[in-house]
Amino acid sequence: MTAMKQMVAVSAIALAAATGIARAEEPLNAEVIHWWTSGGESAAIAVFADAFNAAGGKWVDNAVAGGSAARSAAINRIIGGDPSTAALFNTSRQYHEIIGEGLLNDIDAVASKNDWDKVLPEPIANAVKVDGKYYAAPVNIHMPLWIWYSTAALNKAGIDKPPETMEQFLADLDKLKAAGVIPLALGGQRWQENSLFSAVLTNVGGAGLWKSVYGDKDEAAIRSPEFRKVIETFVSLKPYVDAASPGRNWNDATALLIKDEAGFQVMGDWAKGEFKQASKEIGKDYGCIPGLRPDSPYVLGGDVFVFPKTDNAEQVKAQHLLVEIMTDPAVQVKFNNLKGSIPIRSDVDVSSLDACAQLGMKIMSDPARQVPDASQMMEEYVYGSVQDIVTELWNTPMTVDQAVDRFEKALKG
Amino acid sequence: MGAEFIRHVKRNFVAYIALLPMAAVVIFAYLGTMAWSVRLSFSSSKLLPRNDFVGLNQYVTLFDTSRWLTSLGNLAVIAFFFLLICFVLGCLLAIFIDQNVRGESLFRTVFLYPYAMSFVVAGLIWQWILNPDLGIQATMRGFGFSGFVLDWVVNPRMVLYAVILATVWHGSGLVMALILAGLRGIDGEIWRATRIDGIPAWRVYVSIVLPMLRPMIITSLVLLSISIVKMYDVVVAMTNGGPGTASEVPAKFIMDNLFERANIGLATAASTVMLITVLMVMAPVIYSQYFRKGGRAA
Repeated sequence: MTAMKQMVAVSAIALAAATGIARAEEPLNAEVIHWWTSGGESAAIAVFADAFNAAGGKWVDNAVAGGSAARSAAINRIIGGDPSTAALFNTSRQYHEIIGEGLLNDIDAVASKNDWDKVLPEPIANAVKVDGKYYAAPVNIHMPLWIWYSTAALNKAGIDKPPETMEQFLADLDKLKAAGVIPLALGGQRWQENSLFSAVLTNVGGAGLWKSVYGDKDEAAIRSPEFRKVIETFVSLKPYVDAASPGRNWNDATALLIKDEAGFQVMGDWAKGEFKQASKEIGKDYGCIPGLRPDSPYVLGGDVFVFPKTDNAEQVKAQHLLVEIMTDPAVQVKFNNLKGSIPIRSDVDVSSLDACAQLGMKIMSDPARQVPDASQMMEEYVYGSVQDIVTELWNTPMTVDQAVDRFEKALKG
Repeated sequence: MGAEFIRHVKRNFVAYIALLPMAAVVIFAYLGTMAWSVRLSFSSSKLLPRNDFVGLNQYVTLFDTSRWLTSLGNLAVIAFFFLLICFVLGCLLAIFIDQNVRGESLFRTVFLYPYAMSFVVAGLIWQWILNPDLGIQATMRGFGFSGFVLDWVVNPRMVLYAVILATVWHGSGLVMALILAGLRGIDGEIWRATRIDGIPAWRVYVSIVLPMLRPMIITSLVLLSISIVKMYDVVVAMTNGGPGTASEVPAKFIMDNLFERANIGLATAASTVMLITVLMVMAPVIYSQYFRKGGRAA
C-alpha cells in the first residue's frame, strides 16, 4: 500500500512539474496571413519572423499567393470567428469597413508608447488612425510611380541624361523608338495601366490636381483643361508600348529593361528587387526618376498589418509584440532594404539604404510633397470603377469627353 | 388528393425519411443561399453584408456599368459559337469513331482527354500557344515566315475567338463521348433497312439517327450550357479579362466584385440577373418536358 501511495505521489508531482514547465516555456504564437511569396518579398518578411522569434515569440507563417486572395482569406477568417493573429493589408481603405464593424483590436497602447503621432508621415497616419485610435501598423512606404530606365538602352538612343520634364520624356520616347528599342515597357494588366495613368496625372497635373480629382472628387477639377491634358497625354503614350504588352506581368516588363530591350518603365520601388536579383547596379545599369517636375508629388503607398479582435490575453500580447518588432528602427531598415521600400520612421539610420531609397527618403521628408495613394482617398469599389475606366481608355477608342464624363460618374460614387 | 398523398407517404415512410437529409441540403444550401444572395442584392452591402434595403439601386448601377454590359455581350458571342462548334464537332467525332475504325479506344482517349483537365490548365496552355512572343507566331517567324501574325490573345477584336478555341478544345470530347454512347445503342436493323432503301449515310444520320439521340443531345447541350454560365477559370487563366475588358465574362465580373472590389451588393445583383436569365431559358424546356399534358416525364 505504501509503495502504491508513493507511486501516486511521485506521478502527481511529476505531472504537476511537467505541466508547470510546459506552460512556462510556451512561446507567444502569432499566425500571420500575408501574400509576400516572391523571392525578395519572402526574404523581407523573414526579417520580421526572425526578429519575432528572437524576442520570445513563435511566428506561424500563413502565406497566401495573391493580394486579394490573402485579404479575402483574412476577412473570411475574421468573420468566421477564427481570426489569425495578424493580417497584411495595403495602406488604403481596405480595412476601414471591418474597423467600423468593430472587428479589429486597436494598438493605441503601443502607438502612443512609440510616439507614432510624431514619427509617421501625415498621409500614413491618416490611413491607419480611425476615430483617433491606431488600428494598423504600417511597415513600409512604397512609391508606386517611379520611372525606371535602362542605361544601355538610353545610350543606344543617344540620350545622354535622364529626362526631367514630361516634354523631355516624350522626346526621349521618340528617340528610343527610332533606335529600335521598346520605348515604354508596360504590362497590359489593369493595375499597371492604372499606375501609368497615375504617373501622368501626378507629373502633368501635380499634387494639386491629384488631390482635387482623387481626393476631393471636385467636379470643376475633373472637367478642367488640365485633367483633359492628362487624359490626352496618357492616350498619346500608346504607340510607345509594344504589341505583346497585354497581360504581361510587371516583373516580365522589368525583365525587358534588365535585358536592355526597353528604355523606360513606370513601376513602384519594389522593382528594385528584380534589378538586384539580376545583379544590376544603380547608376551603371539602371536608374530611377522620382518625377518629371521639380516639385513632383511623392505618392505614399505601402503595407500595414492589422490585428483582428480577440479577448485572449496571450494573443493580445503576441499582437503587441508583433507591432513592437515590426516598427523597431533596426528591423525597419533591414526589412525595407530587402523589400525595396523606405522605412516609415524618419529617425532611422539611412546610410545602408541604396541610392534610390535615400533619394526617396529625402523627397518624402518634405511634407509638401507627400500625397496619399489613390486607394487611401476613396473606397475600394470606387477605385475599382476608376481602374475600369483607365483600362478601357487605354484599350478601346474613347473620346476625351466620354472619359471625363465617366470619371465624374465613377468618382461621385 | 390530399388523403391519397398521406396514404402514399405512410406506405413509403422509410423512403421519405431517407430523403430528408438531401431535402435539407437542397433547401438550406441551395435554395437558402440563393434567397440570401437575392436578399443581399437589395441592400447596400459593400465588404460585409448589411441589413438595409435600397430597392433596385444596385440593379440600376449594374446596368449602368459598361464592364457588365460588355461581359453580357461577350457571353452571348461565346455561348453561340461554343454551343454550335462544340456540338457539331462532337457529333462529327462520334460519327467518325462509330465507323469501326482501328485503334478506336485510342482515339476515344485522345479526344476525351482534354475534358479531364481543369479549365485553368486548358486556359494556360492555349495562352502560351497563342502568345505572340512564346507560341505559334514566334515559332513560325523562327521558321522564316517573318510576316506571320497570330496575336489573338492580345487583339481586343479576336480575343473572344481565342477563348472559344480553348473551350471548344476542352468540351468537344464530352459531347463526343455522350453522342457515341447513344450511337452505340442504335439498332443495327436501322442501318440495314436504310441501305436497302438506298438512303445516303449523311441523310440517315441527320433525319433518323440524331432524332433518336434526343436525350443524349439534350444532356450534352445542358452540360455545355452549364460550362458557359460558370465560365470563369478559363478566362482568368487565358486573358484575365483583357485586353482591357474585351474578354470579360459575367462570372468573372461577379467574382471580382465579391472579393477584390468588396462590393457584395453589386455582385449579388449580377448573380441574380444571371439566375433569372438561366431560369428564363430553362423554363420553356422544363415546361414542355414535365408539365405539358403528353410531355415525357424525363
